[in-house]
Amino acid sequence: MRSGKGASEPVRTVAHEDTRPLAIEACGLVKSFDGTRAVDGVDIIVPEGAIYGVLGPNGAGKTTTLRMLLGIIDPDEGVRRVFGYDRPHDIGRLIGYLPEERGLYPAMKAVEAIAFMGALRGLPLAEGRKRGLELLERHDLGHAKDRTIRQLSKGMAQTVQLLGTLVHRPRLVVLDEPFSGLDAINQGKLERMIRSLAEEGVTVIFSTHVIHHAERLCEGVAIIAGGKVPYAGSVETARDRIPAQVRLETRAREGSWTAALPEDTRREGDFFYFSLPESGVEPLLKSLIEGEAGILSLSIERAGLHDAFVAIAGEAAARQLEADAQS
Amino acid sequence: METTPATNPRLSFLEAAWVIARRDFGAVLFSRAFLFFLIGPLFPVLVGGLAGSIGKSTSQQAVSVDVGVAMSVSDSTALLGAAETLRPQLGRAMPDLKPIEAAEGNADFNARDYLASRRGNYAAIVTGTLEAPQIVGTQRQVDRWSGAIELAAATALQASPSQFPSASADIVASSASSERKTRIHTAQAAQMVLFLLTIMLGGMVLSNLAEEKGNKIIEILAAALPMDAVFMGKLFAMLGVSFVGIAVWGTLGFAFWTVAEDAIVTVTQTNYRELPGPAVGWPVFVGLGIVYFSMAYLLLGSLFLTIGGMASSVREVQTMSMPVTMMQLMVFFIAMATVADTGSSLELFAVTFPLSSPFAMLARAAIEETLWIHALAIAWQAVAVIALVKGGSLLFRKRVMKSGGAGRAKKPLLRRRAAEPATRSAEQALEPAE
Repeated sequence: MRSGKGASEPVRTVAHEDTRPLAIEACGLVKSFDGTRAVDGVDIIVPEGAIYGVLGPNGAGKTTTLRMLLGIIDPDEGVRRVFGYDRPHDIGRLIGYLPEERGLYPAMKAVEAIAFMGALRGLPLAEGRKRGLELLERHDLGHAKDRTIRQLSKGMAQTVQLLGTLVHRPRLVVLDEPFSGLDAINQGKLERMIRSLAEEGVTVIFSTHVIHHAERLCEGVAIIAGGKVPYAGSVETARDRIPAQVRLETRAREGSWTAALPEDTRREGDFFYFSLPESGVEPLLKSLIEGEAGILSLSIERAGLHDAFVAIAGEAAARQLEADAQS
Repeated sequence: METTPATNPRLSFLEAAWVIARRDFGAVLFSRAFLFFLIGPLFPVLVGGLAGSIGKSTSQQAVSVDVGVAMSVSDSTALLGAAETLRPQLGRAMPDLKPIEAAEGNADFNARDYLASRRGNYAAIVTGTLEAPQIVGTQRQVDRWSGAIELAAATALQASPSQFPSASADIVASSASSERKTRIHTAQAAQMVLFLLTIMLGGMVLSNLAEEKGNKIIEILAAALPMDAVFMGKLFAMLGVSFVGIAVWGTLGFAFWTVAEDAIVTVTQTNYRELPGPAVGWPVFVGLGIVYFSMAYLLLGSLFLTIGGMASSVREVQTMSMPVTMMQLMVFFIAMATVADTGSSLELFAVTFPLSSPFAMLARAAIEETLWIHALAIAWQAVAVIALVKGGSLLFRKRVMKSGGAGRAKKPLLRRRAAEPATRSAEQALEPAE
C-alpha cells in the first residue's frame, strides 16, 4: 500500500464516467485470513454524495471490504482511497462508521455516548454533548438523554449509536448492515435518514443482504459474492443487463399466432412470459391481432435488482441472499 | 446537515490517545473495580499477617523442645538451678530442662527406651551425675545441647564463675555490614512492591480490553483511531488510575506513620530514621521508583493488552495471560535473586531484559550510587514499550479484525457453491464501474 496523499508511485485506477469527485476509490482489494481469501480483487467507486450499497449474502466479504475501506484492516493487495487519502485514519474526522456488531459502553449515559463517539472523531466533548442533545430531541429520544445505555431498549441503543456515528457531521457515512435488528418502522426511519444525509451532500455506503433496501435507496451497488465483485455500478445499469419481461394475457389458448411468440416464452396459468424482443412489441402485436389471439392484457416489466443479482451472482448466491434476509 | 470542514481531518497520535485515556480514566476511577483496587492490597497484608502470626505460633510450638533430666533428685535440682542462673547470659542456647518424674527413684529407668516411647516432648535426656552427665538423644540433639548442659553441670558444681562481668553497651545504628544488608532489604522490598503493583494493574488492563471486546466497542475505536494510539491511551489511563491508588495508599500510610511512629519503633525495636537509606538517597530513589513502576507497568500492560485484544472470552484471557504472568514471576525472581550480586552475568541479563529491567534497576538504585545508568535503562525500557505497543496493535489488526474468513474455512462446501457462479459471472460480467 502506498501511504499518504499524493505519493509519487502511480496506482491503477478504476475507470468511471461520473464527473463528481470520488469519495471512495478501491481497486483490486485482496484480503486473506489464515490462507483463505475473504476478499479477492474488489473494485469499488463511490462518487461524493451518492448512496451506495454493498450487496451480498452473509460471508461474502462485505464487512471485510468495508473494514479495508475504513483502514481498520489493511488489504494484502490493492489500493483504497477515501477522499483521495490512502490511509483513512488521516481523515478520521470526515468519516462516520456504524459497525455490524453494535457496541456502546453500558454504563455511559446516552448523551455522553454520543459525545464520546464524536470525540473519537475530533469533536470537542462539550460540542458533542450539545449536538447529542439536539439529535436525541430530533429523534424523540430527549427523555432518554440521561439514561445509561444498559437502561435503553435495543432499538433505542441502536439509534443512539447511529446518532453517535453522525454527531461530528461526517462527509462519508459507512453503515455495516444498518437495517439488521430493526423493526419495519425503524427501518423506514433509517431509510429516510439515509436519503436526508444524501440530500445534504453526505456520501453514504452501506452493506446489506436485503435487495429491497439497496433497490429503494442506492444509485450504485457493488454485488459481492464469494469475496469477488462481479458487478459494481449503477442500479439502473444492473437492471438493464436483464431484458425487460413481457407478460401477455389472451382469450384464445391456441392458434397460429403462438408461432409468433419468442422462443423463450413460458406459460404460467393464463399468462405468457417472454423477454422483450429486440424488434420491440409492435410486430408481435400485429401477428397476435391477425391470428385473433384476443389480447386481454399486455405489460412490459423492467427487470428488478433481484433478477440482476441472480444473473450476475448466480442462483446459489441469490438463494443464500434470500435465506439470509429471512433469517 | 453541515459537514465538518476538512481543514484538520485527523487527530494527532497524542490527541487520539488522550480521548481514550480520558474516557478510561474516568470510567475506571468511578467504578466499583477501583474500590476493589484500592482495598486489594489490604488482603495480601491481612492474609500475610495472619499467616505469619499462625506460622510463628505453630513454629514456636513445634520448635520449642524440652531436655529431660533423669538424675538423682539433688543433681537434678542443682542442674535446673544452674540452668536458670545461666539463662540470662545464654538465652535460647540454654534448653528448657525438665525433670522426668518417671525416673525419680527408678533404678531401672532406661533413657533410650523412654525416648523411643515418644512420651513427652523431649529432644534429649540427661542422665548420669553432675560430674559425668550423659546426654541421650540423636547426634544432632547431643551436638546441639552438650555444651550448654556441660556448662550448667559445671556451674552446678561451682566449677565456673558464679558471677559474670557486666558489659556496658554503646549501640550504633549501622555498620558497613549492616548498611549493605539494609540496602539489600530496601532493594528487595522495593522490588516486591513494584511487582505487586504491576501484576495488579496489568490484570486491570487485561480485563478492560476483554470487556471492550465483549461490548463490541473495540471496532468503533479501531475505525476511528490508530490502534497503537488506542493501546497507548488505555495504558496511560490505567497508569493514571494506579497513581491515584498509590497516592491514596501513600497518604494513608504516611498518616498512619505520623500517628504511630513511636509505637512502631517500640514494637519493631528499630529506629527507622537512623537506618541507612538507599545509595542514591530517598528523594531520588522514590523518583526512580515511580519511573520504574511506570515502565514495568507499561511493559507488562502492553503485553496484557495484546493478549486481551486477541482473546474472545474471559476464559481465553485467563489461559493466554498465564504464560505472561509466569514469565513475569520468573524475571522478578531473577531480579530479586541478583540484588546482592551486582555486575554478575545474571544481574546484567536482568538489567537488560526489558521486563526485568525496572526491577533490577530499582535494586541498583538502592545499592549503588551511579545515576547515569538509570537514564540509559529508562530510555531502553521506553523503546521496548513503544515496540511492544506497536507490535501488539499490529497483531491486533492482523489477527483480530477478521470476519468471514474463518467461517469460510469451516464451511468449504457451502462457500464453494456460492463462489462458483460468482467467479463465472465475474468473467462474463465484470466491467468498469461507473
